[in-house]
Amino acid sequence: MEFFAWCVMAAGIGMGLGSFGTGIGQGLAIKSAVEGVARNPGASGKILTTMMIGLAMVESLAIYVFVVAMIILFANPFTEHVLQLVAK
Amino acid sequence: MTHPFLILQWLVEKLHFNFGEHVTYTWFVMLVLIVLSWATTRGLKMVPAGVQNVMEVFIDGLENFVEETMGPKGKAYFPLIATIALFILVSNLMALIPGFYPPTANLNTNFAMALTVFVMTHIVGIKEHGFGYLKHFMGPVLALAPLMFIIEIIGHLARPVSLSLRLFGNMYGHEIVLMIFLMLVPFLLPVPMMIMGVLVALIQTFVFTLLAMIYIAGAIEEAH
Repeated sequence: MEFFAWCVMAAGIGMGLGSFGTGIGQGLAIKSAVEGVARNPGASGKILTTMMIGLAMVESLAIYVFVVAMIILFANPFTEHVLQLVAK
Repeated sequence: MTHPFLILQWLVEKLHFNFGEHVTYTWFVMLVLIVLSWATTRGLKMVPAGVQNVMEVFIDGLENFVEETMGPKGKAYFPLIATIALFILVSNLMALIPGFYPPTANLNTNFAMALTVFVMTHIVGIKEHGFGYLKHFMGPVLALAPLMFIIEIIGHLARPVSLSLRLFGNMYGHEIVLMIFLMLVPFLLPVPMMIMGVLVALIQTFVFTLLAMIYIAGAIEEAH
């Protein structure tokens, strides 16, 4: 049964680490975009579009972590195996 | 974790059929889009009014967007892009209605769309360049071609995976957050999350269509 406790911990800590890096990355991207708009307000439309694509790209890393966490929690491939071992 | 009561699912079960919820709700989105386009094109006028006005703004904006991103050659692929955009937008926004489930919160729907885009890019590339399409995979220096070829193949295979997982993760994550908030405090607390949901729905539609356009435009342009 300890296996499931570790699963929950892995999902939680993994999600935390994943969003930590993603947060820093997105913050850097937004910082540069805001600086660019402040220097040249005329280019704000183009900068916004480019920033959105970049943000979505960075965000997909956190989304991958989320998907893996969901797999660990709800669709763990080892669940049956572990339950069989426990039943023995 | 989905909404505890899905109305179409309930209806289908009453009729003794057994489909996944993403299938029934995909049919619902199809129905909405078909009825909407039928109502728009039934009486086209020079001076638009009502539904035609709304749809014209949407289609016109999308057409400009396609031409801006893909250039004049990309106009031929406007129907594909517009279909994907409309489908994703309607199904993402449907997540905000209680009792409805967005088909995009299921990996099967998203992977079908991403696979369509993936196959389309290569069909477009072969149509535009013929055998020369291989040059896209070779990289700038001929000596490095075997190395670049493997890397490019991996990069191309990662495209549908990332495209589908991004949309799926966003929509499914939003659905789960909404359900958890609904379990904790069912009154007023989920409302800010739902406002966030409108933003997520619009941005994810934008990103999916934009990336699809960039991939197809990458196949159209000459190898560097």
